[in-house]
Amino acid sequence: MRRVVITGQGAITALGASAAENAEAMREGRCGIGPLDFPDIERLAIAVGGQIRGYRPEAHFTRQELTLYDRFTQFALLAAREAVESSGLAVTEALAEQAGVVLGTSGGGLQTQEENYRLVFEERKNRVHPFVVPRLMNNAAASHVSMVHNLQGPTFTVATACASSNHAMGQAFHLIRGGLTRVMLTGGSESMLCFGGIKAWEGLRVMSRDVCRPFSANRNGMIQGEGAAVFVFEEYEHARARGADILAEIVGFAMTSDASDIVMPNKKGAVRAMRGALHDARLPAEAVGYINAHGTGTAANDRTECAAVREAFGAQADRLMISSTKSMHGHVIGGTGAIELLACILALRDGVVPPTINHEIADPDCDLDVVPNVAREARVEAAMSNAFAFGGLNACLVLRVA
Amino acid sequence: MAEDVRDKVIRILAEQAVLDPADVRPDMTLEDLGIDSLGLVEAVFAIEEAFDIQVPFNANAPAESAFDISTVGSIARAVEGLVAERT
Repeated sequence: MRRVVITGQGAITALGASAAENAEAMREGRCGIGPLDFPDIERLAIAVGGQIRGYRPEAHFTRQELTLYDRFTQFALLAAREAVESSGLAVTEALAEQAGVVLGTSGGGLQTQEENYRLVFEERKNRVHPFVVPRLMNNAAASHVSMVHNLQGPTFTVATACASSNHAMGQAFHLIRGGLTRVMLTGGSESMLCFGGIKAWEGLRVMSRDVCRPFSANRNGMIQGEGAAVFVFEEYEHARARGADILAEIVGFAMTSDASDIVMPNKKGAVRAMRGALHDARLPAEAVGYINAHGTGTAANDRTECAAVREAFGAQADRLMISSTKSMHGHVIGGTGAIELLACILALRDGVVPPTINHEIADPDCDLDVVPNVAREARVEAAMSNAFAFGGLNACLVLRVA
Repeated sequence: MAEDVRDKVIRILAEQAVLDPADVRPDMTLEDLGIDSLGLVEAVFAIEEAFDIQVPFNANAPAESAFDISTVGSIARAVEGLVAERT
């Protein structure tokens, strides 16, 4: 089995327009959540989110390109561009034939769907733009990233709701570890901050109207965000041979299904995923110093996740740190796991464990070290990133210092 | 009028619980009815649609919502209040 390392990263979220800006915001414990701004916002009860402000598509793409790029594709392309540039990777002809792209998304081109539903249903138009389908399809982002960077190997999209990115990165990890390819671009992207995207979530009544405070006893729900993060995953010897800067090593991945409830989390499924990832990484629980939690800020998730961590990690649960960066960038649904991998890399590489901000009152049901409000300097040898999706689908990754 | 609201609420809860409305008593809890959290969210939606009201209910903190869901009777009373506010 080949070893797999991360040699490039790129991101755009409400916290910043690059991986470095995101890392800086996480270090400072800055909140990217604020008033939402899009058509019909006055008809929503939920009016806050981690929206990317001051974003001008025409500053990054030509008019011709924009006729084909939904917002979720634009975010993925920007993050991928930064990841490839920062990796210093040159895509040779031989490499191009095997390198591919696996991206997570849940809603795909939701903004395109919404705009065009408005045109045909609300404005009663009988004609839509010819590129509606290629813009809205869930694989549009992965396909455009593959085209822009000439990556002709295995390329596809994974949609497992809030675990999409972790499942996607797990697939990329397996492809390289299994020797099928030496380089993959992977991560995820989401752009659900539009009237329909929020209205649908409102219906579930799990959204907070003001502040996302994971693990805090007075938490009152999740808050959505938008954006993308993309990484260059590379076979270790290939990275070493070209003198690449290695950000971290991916050592374990596991996925499970609760097979129980379509929305309620299940401790057993989460425990099996975390234990599975540790086993795959051949690491004892004691090696893990930081967990980037799924930590949505809902009553059900945070309580269940903390109980699951206790069960999976035993005594180590009282020694490790666990934080939810969703308190800062919001829940980026299908892209969230990728954005949260930035936090794991920050902990492993820079020794900075990002905080769970907006934490006010300790909750006896979440009695772990949740790194409240202020980032902490610490030496972390291995980190885990959790994603527990609606549908009961769980995906956990384990990373180690390079 | 008040009686109508109560009957309608009971009908909605009975439908969610797959019970005959005659078998639903005001002192029953949601647990007695076998309505789980997802069923409750559906029932709240049906109530909002039936009466054209906004029910202040957050599934994260049901106990802290202004909307008392402890029994069938308390739900009916809360809905009556919201309907009265509307008119």
